[in-house]
Amino acid sequence: MKIRLATVWLGGCAGCHMSFLDLDEFLIDLADAVDLVYSPVVDVKDYPENVDLCLIEGAVCNEDNLEILHKIRARTKVLVSFGDCAVTGNVAGLRNVIPVNKLLQRIYVDGADANGCIPHDGLPQLSKLARPAQDFVKIDVCLPGCPPQNKVIAGFLNNLLEGRKPETNQKIKFG
Amino acid sequence: MAAKTLTIDGKQISAEEGATVLQAATEAGIPIPTLCHLEGVYDMGACRLCIVEITGIPKLLPACTTKVAEGMEIKTNSERLRKYRRMILELLFAERNHVCAVCVSNGHCELQTLAYSQGMEHVRYDYTFPKWNLDTTHRLFGMDHNRCVLCNRCVRVCWHIEGAGTKNVSGRGAKSRIITDLNMPWGDADSCTECGKCVMSCPTGALFNKGSTVGEMERDRDKLEFIVNAREKKQWIAD
Ligand code: SF4
Ligand code: SF4
Ligand code: SF4
Ligand code: FES
Repeated sequence: MKIRLATVWLGGCAGCHMSFLDLDEFLIDLADAVDLVYSPVVDVKDYPENVDLCLIEGAVCNEDNLEILHKIRARTKVLVSFGDCAVTGNVAGLRNVIPVNKLLQRIYVDGADANGCIPHDGLPQLSKLARPAQDFVKIDVCLPGCPPQNKVIAGFLNNLLEGRKPETNQKIKFG
Repeated sequence: MAAKTLTIDGKQISAEEGATVLQAATEAGIPIPTLCHLEGVYDMGACRLCIVEITGIPKLLPACTTKVAEGMEIKTNSERLRKYRRMILELLFAERNHVCAVCVSNGHCELQTLAYSQGMEHVRYDYTFPKWNLDTTHRLFGMDHNRCVLCNRCVRVCWHIEGAGTKNVSGRGAKSRIITDLNMPWGDADSCTECGKCVMSCPTGALFNKGSTVGEMERDRDKLEFIVNAREKKQWIAD
């Protein structure tokens, strides 16, 4: 049975996913061993049931992030906080010292060249704080780094494919 | 001076009377993690990373401020100590805003290195996301309170190596902060001689040379040690 793998992009810059794509030829081995059932790089709308492993990039920044995070936890065996934003809040959390209304005003109104207004139609409500995933659901593994180095990711996935404990065999680092 | 015999992690050693447990352990090649300790200035037990277990004493004691005694039995790396060390580190990270990815000290930071050595890959406490300012009023140096761990190294070198007494601590508990002169912008602090010793001593990204960007702050601690050696041992030439 192939491993059912998902990756999700919450409040992050996509850098962690870039580092994932940077796995080079290991991606070929990986493609044979996993089914990528949900990810920004595949066209699946809803998070499926019975997922074995999910890599979570980004901090929990808004109500949509929070909703999908709970769905992911309910439907996934192993959750990985993937990168510093998911692990610590990191760059996404830099805004946490500024009240949300002031922040939106500064960016979308004061900072606009013309027609400044705070957008809301169809957009999720920003949370008061951008927070790490572990503040809301149980996280099984943390792979920090901004982004996590590709060898850290490969070390982790390799252990997983070979049925060892889900942890990386490489030194981790923040930043 | 009389020698004391003691055991550290099962190893019989002898140390000079008046030596600290940290000195005795270092001498015997037994590493103890430290953060506020800095060669050349007195120890004050500010960070508690160097805690050790001593048989017969229920409290954990900081190795850097505890003096050796005859027959002491010391443990430096028990399960209990590792648990508390990791807790201390996590609390330090949660108390201020540490964003390594955009920090001047990324990759050369003693706090980071300690976190790695204690296996800290995440923080279990809620981050407090406090609002702290940056003081960039000084001509040459900057202070980012977001990264300060209140180790007091800067205060001690400023007073006891440079003798300027510019840096001080104000406030209590989590609100404590490093100030310059009578709580004025660093650039207006007349007593500062611009020697840069505080910047050399800082273990984190809190003090930096202006103009340095992400990961660029590497500290020259050898200079501090040289000055102290020169004074204490009259060695005026670097080897
Ligand atoms: S001071 Fe050290 S731990 Fe804090 S943000 Fe900078 S590099 Fe990271
Ligand atoms: S530059 Fe020198 S005098 Fe000025 S605050 Fe730092 S240690 Fe003190
Ligand atoms: S500024 Fe640096 S040296 Fe001074 S107390 Fe803070 S962390 Fe320590
Ligand atoms: S090194 Fe001993 S308390 Fe900080």
